[in-house]
Amino acid sequence: MSGYLDMELLRFTTAGSVDDGKSTLIGRLLYDSKSIFEDQLEQVKKSSERKGLADTDLALLTDGLKDEREQGITIDVAYRYFATPKRKFIIADTPGHIQYTRNMVTGASTANLALILVDARHGVVEQTRRHSIIASLLQIPHLVVCVNKMDLVDHSQEAYDRIVADFEDFASKLDVKDVRFVPISALNGDNVVNRSEKMDWYEGSTLMYTLEHIHISSDHNHIDCRFPVQTVIRPKTDEFHDFRGYAGRIAGGVFKAGDDVLVLPSGFTSKIKSIETLDGAIEEAFAPMSVTLTLEDDVDISRGDMIVRSNNQPKQLQDVDVMLCWLNADGPKPRMKYTLKHTTNEAKAMIKEIRYKLDVNTLHRNEDDKNVTMNEICRVQLRTTRPLMADSYRKNRNTGSVILIDEGTNETVAAGMII
Amino acid sequence: MSSYNLTHIKELEAESIYVIREVFAQFENPAILFSGGKDSIVLTHLARTAFHPAKIPFPLVHIDTGHNFPETMKFRDDLVEKLGARLVVGSVQKSIDDGMAAEEKGKSANRNAIQTVTLLDTIEENNFDACMGGARRDEEKARAKERFFSHRDEFGQWDPKNQRPELWNLFNAKHHHGEHFRVFPISNWTEMDIWQYILLENIDIPSLYFAHERQVIRRSNTWLPVSDHIQIQDKEKIVTKKIRFRTLGDITITGGDESNADTLTKIVEEVASARQTERGNREDDKRSETSMEDRKKEGYF
Repeated sequence: MSGYLDMELLRFTTAGSVDDGKSTLIGRLLYDSKSIFEDQLEQVKKSSERKGLADTDLALLTDGLKDEREQGITIDVAYRYFATPKRKFIIADTPGHIQYTRNMVTGASTANLALILVDARHGVVEQTRRHSIIASLLQIPHLVVCVNKMDLVDHSQEAYDRIVADFEDFASKLDVKDVRFVPISALNGDNVVNRSEKMDWYEGSTLMYTLEHIHISSDHNHIDCRFPVQTVIRPKTDEFHDFRGYAGRIAGGVFKAGDDVLVLPSGFTSKIKSIETLDGAIEEAFAPMSVTLTLEDDVDISRGDMIVRSNNQPKQLQDVDVMLCWLNADGPKPRMKYTLKHTTNEAKAMIKEIRYKLDVNTLHRNEDDKNVTMNEICRVQLRTTRPLMADSYRKNRNTGSVILIDEGTNETVAAGMII
Repeated sequence: MSSYNLTHIKELEAESIYVIREVFAQFENPAILFSGGKDSIVLTHLARTAFHPAKIPFPLVHIDTGHNFPETMKFRDDLVEKLGARLVVGSVQKSIDDGMAAEEKGKSANRNAIQTVTLLDTIEENNFDACMGGARRDEEKARAKERFFSHRDEFGQWDPKNQRPELWNLFNAKHHHGEHFRVFPISNWTEMDIWQYILLENIDIPSLYFAHERQVIRRSNTWLPVSDHIQIQDKEKIVTKKIRFRTLGDITITGGDESNADTLTKIVEEVASARQTERGNREDDKRSETSMEDRKKEGYF
């Protein structure tokens, strides 16, 4: 129990279609880590019987909506939770069909790690490439490729080695730092939580061991100090009459009391007086902590401003190069004005130019067809009404991401990564 | 570098505080839905943390079915006083008296479903454009599909198949007049996280969560508390048991478990070894496989 309080949090995403064993794998992780409750299992058993299935279908555990269970498809991202004595895990389980790129992008946006499932009989296929490309675009720091259904290829090392070589060849074109491979059988539990006796040629870790031990503390940017102000706290009570605090979640770097800081876009400079929390002032704070900063000087700061260090500033951009994933049934319209959200800042934006469409199966850039539809990814240039204080997405996911909102319907129509 | 590491509880706390501050910044008139249960208590504690040293800037909204545990009501009033917060009470009895809602009939009749009428009325009357709730995604499969910022149409309805995509930590609160949002800042917490946090922060909770002696009857595989609001059948026997409640809803539908866990540490140990989900004892969820989804679409919590 004491161990529980120093556990870390790992968020990972899984993508896959009905038959590659994704649900079985998630079911296996939940089941073997004792995260499925008896009444949940009972309910799934009953539903399986009602549907006339011979075996308990663990996919029913992950499909939450009535329509999903009836149609046997996953419509939307579902979040699952489990914990081992080492870590707590959040799974963003996303459907794998081609039309659901938007869900995959959503699940990937907050993940530390992506599980890519490959069927050992089929090897690297279009869907494998699509998932890996999206994981790379979204800068998920770690990829774990699970070569599943090893039982159906006689647990053959040659089959596994061939798939690893194929994937590595393809992955050399991607922007991923950390790729690992595990040969598994989700159905039988080989190398998922327990080591397989049938694959003694495999000397690496089981999937669970990898999930529990992969190094994630440097997934956050602790170098470039960025503090987007969410709101200003002014208690106006007798006790805190002159208190003026800037509330926010650190988007990058480490802030210390006494640090010289610069406020953007105004350009005012000051010093950090204190870093406040409910339990009192602390000496330093780092991403992704939520804190309240007070400064030595009374400067005019409001929501949307950013507190940084003067020797390390974000870019101030009004012409923004972005890789955009279109999420809405209505495609982008030229000259249309969208509301753009970036950190705690908001501006109007227009798509000035569509440079190319990216084929998420091949990485091919299509510069001729610029008709962008739902689930497509394109490189665009945006023009905003006021400057964004931004970093490249590659450098910082928090200060490098934007969404576009349709002002008529209020829907979130696109997600963008600043280049 | 490795010293810049948050524990999972602290990371969840940071995420929730961020969401609560976004609610404050992006809405005109937000509120906290407060049931007196542990999740809304933790949510309220997080809201306090988010705005310290200022007072909590949201009213607490309690939908009062009239079928409460007396302990919950006292806890609510004490907390409101301690926080100096505004309390808004929506009365289900009043909705019934006004003819807006009809009492359920039958053996296990309760006021769970008709709360929705009162809730939506209270939201409309007070012009709340965002109501934060303590629902968690691990609780129930329909809740596993919820966004942090969950849009409701002018009838308060949820359209689960047509939700706005939610990426990174960029929350879209745009809405037309008359629509509102439900926001779930503790979406990513599990029951275990909640108890660990209560233990860690030493947060006050109603005595009902600790093992205590109580008069109960056996119904639907659980121990239901004896109260003025329950009709006891001839064959049902009143017994005294040492029980505790894992969740708190109306006194008519909340079943207890036999337990000796009378301290927070013991509760944490009990939760860690539990083999049943916490809502397994909730009569309201047992009605059908999709009862939560159906109620949520109508505007339930």
